Amino acid sequence: MQTVKMVVTGPFSAGKTQFIQSVSEIDVVATERKISSEEERTVKSATTVAMDFGRITVDEDLVLYLFGTPGQKRFDFMWEILSEGMLGFIVMVDSTRPETFREARSILETFRAYAPTPFVVAANKQDKEDAWELEDMGHALRLDKATKLLPCVATDRDSVKTVLLELLYSIMSEMEGK
Amino acid sequence: MALRGNLRDFTITQLLNLINLASKTGTLVIDGASEQAFVSFREGKLSYARIGKEDGSLASVLYKSNKINANQYKAIIERSGKMTDKELGLLLINAGYVSREDILLNLQTYFVDQIRRLFTWVEGVFSFEAEMFPPEDRINVRLDLENIIIEGSRQLRELEQLKDEIPSLEMALKFTERPLTNVNLSVDEWKVVKFVDPKNTMSQIAKTNKLSEVEVRRIVYGLLQAGLVELVRPANAPLPQAAKPLAPHEVEEKKNLVNKLIGRIRSL
Repeated sequence: MQTVKMVVTGPFSAGKTQFIQSVSEIDVVATERKISSEEERTVKSATTVAMDFGRITVDEDLVLYLFGTPGQKRFDFMWEILSEGMLGFIVMVDSTRPETFREARSILETFRAYAPTPFVVAANKQDKEDAWELEDMGHALRLDKATKLLPCVATDRDSVKTVLLELLYSIMSEMEGK
Repeated sequence: MALRGNLRDFTITQLLNLINLASKTGTLVIDGASEQAFVSFREGKLSYARIGKEDGSLASVLYKSNKINANQYKAIIERSGKMTDKELGLLLINAGYVSREDILLNLQTYFVDQIRRLFTWVEGVFSFEAEMFPPEDRINVRLDLENIIIEGSRQLRELEQLKDEIPSLEMALKFTERPLTNVNLSVDEWKVVKFVDPKNTMSQIAKTNKLSEVEVRRIVYGLLQAGLVELVRPANAPLPQAAKPLAPHEVEEKKNLVNKLIGRIRSL
C-alpha cells in the first residue's frame, strides 16, 4: 500500500479543518481542544493543536492523506514534521480577516523553506460579503503572478475539489518541466 | 467585494502599495481615532486628499502657501460665492495672480502633506469605496504613489514591525519589472539599490555600506512596499533540503500516481 501526503496549512481559524472534512472519506481525526485565550475564543470555540487528518482512498494500492496543521504560531514545531515528504501544500487564508494576511505570508515562506514542493493559496470564505477580492489579496500576500490564488469555500466540496485539483495540476506541470 | 480592515493589521503604506499595484480608482475612507480621512485615487495615482474638517479649498491652499495674501484670500471667500475651484483657478490665472503650475504644485504639496499625517495613524478602520469620487468642485491632481510610499516607510521606525516584514537579513534582493525611473531615493537608499543583486544578502549589503540592521531593514522595506525590489533566496545559498532528483522511471511512476489522484479527486 502506497500513501501520499498533502498538507493544509494557514493561520488560526482559516478553515483548514473544514477544508479536509469536506473531502475526507473518514471523519477527520481532529486533535481539537477548547480555546483558552479570550481573544481566540471570540473567533471559534475549539482549535487544532497537533494536526487534522483526513483520508481519500484512490485504489487498493494508493491512499492520499490530508494533514491539517495547527494554526497558532506556538505550535509551529509541528510544521516541519508534518511537511516532511509531502507532495504539495495548500495555504488557507480567511478572505474576511485581513489581520491574518501577514501571518499567512509568513507561514507560506516557512513551508517553502521546509520543502520546495508545489503549493497553492486558497482564499477561503469567498462567499462572504466582506471577503477581500482575489486581486487585492494577491497584492497583500505579495504573491507573484505564477502563484495560484484560488477562490474557495471550505464547506463546499466542489470548491475544495477544485483547489486540490489545481495543486495536483501544479505538481504535474512541475514534473513535466523536469 | 470589500476592501476594508483595521490599521492595526494593515498599515497606510501597505494600503497605498496595494492601491498602487492594483491601479485602483475610488476613495479610501479612514475613520481614525479622532478624525476621518478621504483619499481619492484614479488608476492607482493620488488625486485628492482631505482630513477631518480641513477646508482644502484652492483658496485656502494658496493662502497657506503664501501665494495669495490675507486680503486676497478674504476677498475671494467673499466674492467667489458658488464658484468651483476649477473656475476660481482659471480666474486667478487670467488675473495673473498665479500660474497653472503654481496651482498644481501647491495642491500636490497639500495632498502629500495630508498623506504624511496619515502615516502617523496607527488606530482606525478603513474601507475602499470604488464608487466614491472627490467632490466635483475641487481640482484633482495625478501623483505617483511610489515616492509617497517610500517616504511613509522612512517614517516607520518600529524595529519589531520591520523584523516582522523582513525576518531574515540572509535573503537577497532583486529588481522587479517596475522601472526605476522618476523615483527620488535618498543617499542611503541608493547605496542599497547599487548592491541589489541575487548574489548579495541584505546583511552583506548592510556591512558594505556600514548600515545598521534597522537602517537596512527600513530601506529595504520602503523599496519592497514601493514594488521596486523583491526578496529572493541568495543565488549561492544551499537549497532547502530538496528531494534528490528523480530517475526517469521514477518521474513516470510519480506522474502515474498524480494522474490517479487527479482521477480520484474528480470523481469525488
